[in-house]
Amino acid sequence: MKRTAALRAVALGAAVAMIATACSSGSAGDDATDGSGDENVTLTWWHNSNTGVGKDYYDQMADQFETDHPGVTVEVSAMAHEDMLTKLDAAFQSGDQPDVFMERGGGELKAHVEAGLVKDITDSAADTISAIGGSVAGWQVEGKTYALPFSLGVVGFWYNKAIFADAGITAAPTTMDELYAAIDTLKAAGIEPISVGAGDKWPAAHYWYYFALRQCSQEVLADATQTLDFSDDCWVRAGEDLEALVAKEPFNTGFLATVAQTGPASASGLLATGKVAMELAGHWEPGVMQGLTDDGLGLGENTGWFAFPAVQGGDGDPTAQLGGGDAWACSNDAPDVCVDFLEFMLSNEVQKGFAEYDMGLPTLPSATAFVSAPELAQLLAVRNEAPYIQLYFDTAFGESVGGAMNDAIANVFGSVGSAQDIVDATQAAAENA
Amino acid sequence: MNPGATDQATAWSVASGPRGRGASSNAWRKRLEITFFVAPALVLFALFVIVPVLQAGHYSVYKWNGLGPLDNFVGLQNYVQALGDQIFQRSVRNNLTIAFLSIAIQLPIGIMVALLLNRRFRGQTAMRVIVFVPYVLAEVVAGVVWALILQPNGPLDALLDSVGLGAIGQVWLGDPKVALWTVMGVLTWKYSGLAIVLLLAGLQGVPEELHEAAQIDGASWWQVQRKITIPLLGPTIRTWIFLSMIGSLQLFDMVWILTKGGPVNATVTMATYLINQGTDRQQYGYASAVAILLFAISFILAILYQTFFLNRDAGEDKPRRKKVAR
Repeated sequence: MKRTAALRAVALGAAVAMIATACSSGSAGDDATDGSGDENVTLTWWHNSNTGVGKDYYDQMADQFETDHPGVTVEVSAMAHEDMLTKLDAAFQSGDQPDVFMERGGGELKAHVEAGLVKDITDSAADTISAIGGSVAGWQVEGKTYALPFSLGVVGFWYNKAIFADAGITAAPTTMDELYAAIDTLKAAGIEPISVGAGDKWPAAHYWYYFALRQCSQEVLADATQTLDFSDDCWVRAGEDLEALVAKEPFNTGFLATVAQTGPASASGLLATGKVAMELAGHWEPGVMQGLTDDGLGLGENTGWFAFPAVQGGDGDPTAQLGGGDAWACSNDAPDVCVDFLEFMLSNEVQKGFAEYDMGLPTLPSATAFVSAPELAQLLAVRNEAPYIQLYFDTAFGESVGGAMNDAIANVFGSVGSAQDIVDATQAAAENA
Repeated sequence: MNPGATDQATAWSVASGPRGRGASSNAWRKRLEITFFVAPALVLFALFVIVPVLQAGHYSVYKWNGLGPLDNFVGLQNYVQALGDQIFQRSVRNNLTIAFLSIAIQLPIGIMVALLLNRRFRGQTAMRVIVFVPYVLAEVVAGVVWALILQPNGPLDALLDSVGLGAIGQVWLGDPKVALWTVMGVLTWKYSGLAIVLLLAGLQGVPEELHEAAQIDGASWWQVQRKITIPLLGPTIRTWIFLSMIGSLQLFDMVWILTKGGPVNATVTMATYLINQGTDRQQYGYASAVAILLFAISFILAILYQTFFLNRDAGEDKPRRKKVAR
């Protein structure tokens, strides 16, 4: 009796869930096939700016595109980021993806391209692609471009200027030795130097990514992204650098279970509330911290940023940066006007507004001047001067290899794995992929 | 159920003699009725249980990232990989540990509290409600609250400090050596309520006369509980153990919220492994293989338990009657 009742409850739950998804995704892709030309076409567009000015701005842009292209209707669905990712995953599996959607590049894009889900825009958007420049590299597969990045950030250290000043640290560290000195100073002052959300793994993995970026030459990195070959010993050296950092014990208490961004005890929360001095994170960090403080200001005036320090003796360029971003892509079966929409979204005018509203870090060089927050402008300057920007390895290598790699890196943080283990686990996952 | 019912119907029609035709239409009617009432449940069961299990079995022999057609047949490789994976082995060990400890810890607590709450005293109803509250709370809500309580320098550490026990403070969820025990503690808090309520219900079925008879014979309260109450609670206890075991094997939500299976896989369970190594990495073939393994392990243990322990309760209660008669 009990069991059947329980099963029925489960079945009912599943049914409700299915109906719910069916309803919500029903509008997507239905109109994707109806013809080319501008004759009464509907473009479905999913984005994740679902609150405040960002949502209003995108609604305005959709309206404007409709005005400029008579006969085209842009059907906008704004949803929370996580919801969008879940729905996109499901949509890709059923081939029901919207006409315009977000791509994060790397292995994920490669899988979508191999499954024939994304439109090749190499020729149709050639002008915009050359206007964006090198940033587009993360969204190319075998020389073809599949998406236009509209926001691209780099990872670096966010720090609390007041805590640094109180501890007597006057200049932001530029080398690992200086970072180690700062860690010692902060510990002596009774402050936990760095928070890291190792419970979510990817924030911890960023450390190894950066050490690899410093230890490996650009050639080795580019090669590894294509061939998934990690035999160069720079990969092991990166792990050894990480072991040295972990041995220094610079991280917050209980960092192995700390989450990245949720709640005051998260890595971002600890930095936002002045419990730690710094955290390695992407350009999203000020926004995240603002959401974690009562006054909505985050660290406010005390927000500081410095690039990941140089490592002695590495083959990599010390000014190369780790980063990633978001790009707009068209479904393979979307009408041709979809590409016009992508180009419109990457036009001077739209990118300028995007920058002014602090919605991200614009990729179009002409729009970067409009980013107002000083620490973001500083980050942008570093990004623009970087000889190359390495896409987050887990994104670049794809989820199956990236996941195994992040697990192995987290093990080193927990002192149950070695530098060699990271390389072995990553290589094994790559061979299995 | 179905064949038994029709047998009865035929037997009845034979016994009722010449009116054969009417009786057989009666039997048909009965069959129709049964079909009518059982079919919706069967359809739902097939659609949401049988079909997904078969589908998972199908996916599990392919390497598949969820996109495009199933065309990379790999046979049993996904199973070999899972069974050989140290983290999966660890997840099975953790599940079994949790199942064993849940029973070993919650059963004594359940029996003792149920016995206490079964006595008449002021505030009895209030107490019953209080012990049951953790079980009623949504898993996610309880998990989030516990995660806050257990955070480093959080309320629990502060409480321990304030009573002079600061020394036993731990990094409750962040230390691989401690995390599984912390999770176990939260699970005990969460699920003891179910054991208590089930056992309390079971206690209502123990006849008052037996207690009175024993008391007249001079048995102490403890003797009455040990010799009469607990043996008569047998069926309830065995049912609860079954529920607890299956729940422990499929444990997901509380662990996911508290630790996501971490730190460094210290609290990984089969279900968190399935999500973490399978679906989150777009390895749907591998995830399906792990799901089938989880299903097989739970199913086999359930069948074994049914065969060896639950069967004596499921059938007629003849054996028990005999025992009492002796």
